[in-house]
Amino acid sequence: MSFFTNPEILLKVKLLEGLYILMGIVAGYTGIKTLFEKEHKSRYPTAVFWIALAVILTFGRWLPTVVTGVLVVIMALPAVFKKVLAGPAGGVPKAFSKAMADKIGYKIFLPTLSMGTFAILFAVFTKISPLVGVGVGVIVAMIMLMFFSKENTPKVFFDDSKRLLDMVGPLSMLPMLLAALGALFTKAGVGQVIAGLVSKIIPEGNVTVGIIVFAIAMPLFTMIMGNAFAAITVITVGIGGPFVLAYGANPTVIGMLALTCGYCGTLCTPMAANFNIVPVAILDMKGKYNVIKNQLLIAGLVLTFQICYMLIAK
Amino acid sequence: MIKLIGVAIVILGFALKLDNIAIILVAGFATGLVGGMDLVAILQTIGSSFVANRGMCIFIIIMLVTGTLERNGLREMAAKLIGKIKNATAGMVIGAYGVLRLILGAFNVSLGGTAGFVRPVVMPMATGAIETKHGEPNEDHLEEIKGMSAGMENTTWFFGQVLFIGGSGALLVQSTLKGLGYETNLVDLAKVEIPVAIFALVVASVLYYLKDKRLSKTLYGQKK
Repeated sequence: MSFFTNPEILLKVKLLEGLYILMGIVAGYTGIKTLFEKEHKSRYPTAVFWIALAVILTFGRWLPTVVTGVLVVIMALPAVFKKVLAGPAGGVPKAFSKAMADKIGYKIFLPTLSMGTFAILFAVFTKISPLVGVGVGVIVAMIMLMFFSKENTPKVFFDDSKRLLDMVGPLSMLPMLLAALGALFTKAGVGQVIAGLVSKIIPEGNVTVGIIVFAIAMPLFTMIMGNAFAAITVITVGIGGPFVLAYGANPTVIGMLALTCGYCGTLCTPMAANFNIVPVAILDMKGKYNVIKNQLLIAGLVLTFQICYMLIAK
Repeated sequence: MIKLIGVAIVILGFALKLDNIAIILVAGFATGLVGGMDLVAILQTIGSSFVANRGMCIFIIIMLVTGTLERNGLREMAAKLIGKIKNATAGMVIGAYGVLRLILGAFNVSLGGTAGFVRPVVMPMATGAIETKHGEPNEDHLEEIKGMSAGMENTTWFFGQVLFIGGSGALLVQSTLKGLGYETNLVDLAKVEIPVAIFALVVASVLYYLKDKRLSKTLYGQKK
């Protein structure tokens, strides 16, 4: 393709595009392998989901945006109807991983830390996106693992990643879908409407009050919605933007900490069932809310810490 | 006001536990339509946002190794590392798990969560620590140990993964801020969270250590 040979396009842009294509190949492998799984309970809808995602990742740069939009909807439909399911492959047999642990030992932490390390190296020493660093770290980790054991063939890596993608399923698309929703909110002018309403409560121009309201609204909405990612798009547009950032507060500090203020809400709500209710069953606990009860004080203290941090570092 | 229909759909939909993806799609189309956009414009906005945010799918690449790391004994070695602490109490086992979980979280590697690691590895180690000191563990003590293990799991995962440069949380914050006209970079976004992560880890470890110590004292009478 002329994109990769065109000398006028920067190397960092090409590398990032290469990374997206690699993501597309992994998603595509998951979809195509699903097509061949005869025992799969929902073979075709699951394959549609992963293959549509693969096409968006691989060819997104060149497709007309309206086509990508249609593909997103096509991808989402099997997920909405709960037809995206995991394949028949089981986990790793205990005896196998135990034997590998005896053979490889603590060296296993080298590939484990490689992705994060390369992300940092790329961020500090290059102008290339740290995401490309993550990709390089993954390749380095794969080479190390192949070196540790001959049984780690490329097929093993792809099959293991398919098994994990099956496990996380369509909910892994939540951040991307929420980002798209955020883009629609912005285009439709939702922010201005919320801002108009909130301005009746918050005195305009008072950044301190704005920060406190923003930092408390995040965990509150997260508790109602059960998901900090959903809350951050709505609350940043409605409160964070017009009442804090518009007055010159630091967007990196305020925007990022707002998310972790939301996480304090996640620690307190039964709506975040995956984290707070499912473990009660997994650990055979007696009290339905005993995980949450053990998290309330932590959440309160970390939230207070973050509000002070925001007020100091704004 | 009518423009807020999407916000209302999201809040109500999540609160009523309807399908998350359906809620987001319905809210998006409803917002676009009441905001005066036509179907093509809505699809174009969704499409260009998706293409711009493909970086959020970085987890797909990471999964190329996480499953194979598990296959090659990562969990077993993590358990061995925690087991190195001498004369550990249950509270110390949970704290040690928290430290390891937070550090690995910062490198975006999971040990398997509650089902994959807490139940099969952390709980037996913590229970073992109680048995060495007190014999048969008290039921209420065990219940609290379970609650604290799950609490440590959640706390360190939430505040650890935001340290990873290119984590999905930071990418979502970055794209939300970009929509409002603010440019941020992933390294700075991760740096902001360092004090928060350390504070959360220390608070959780100290609180759980003290709680376990108190329970050990009150539930088992005088015997050592």
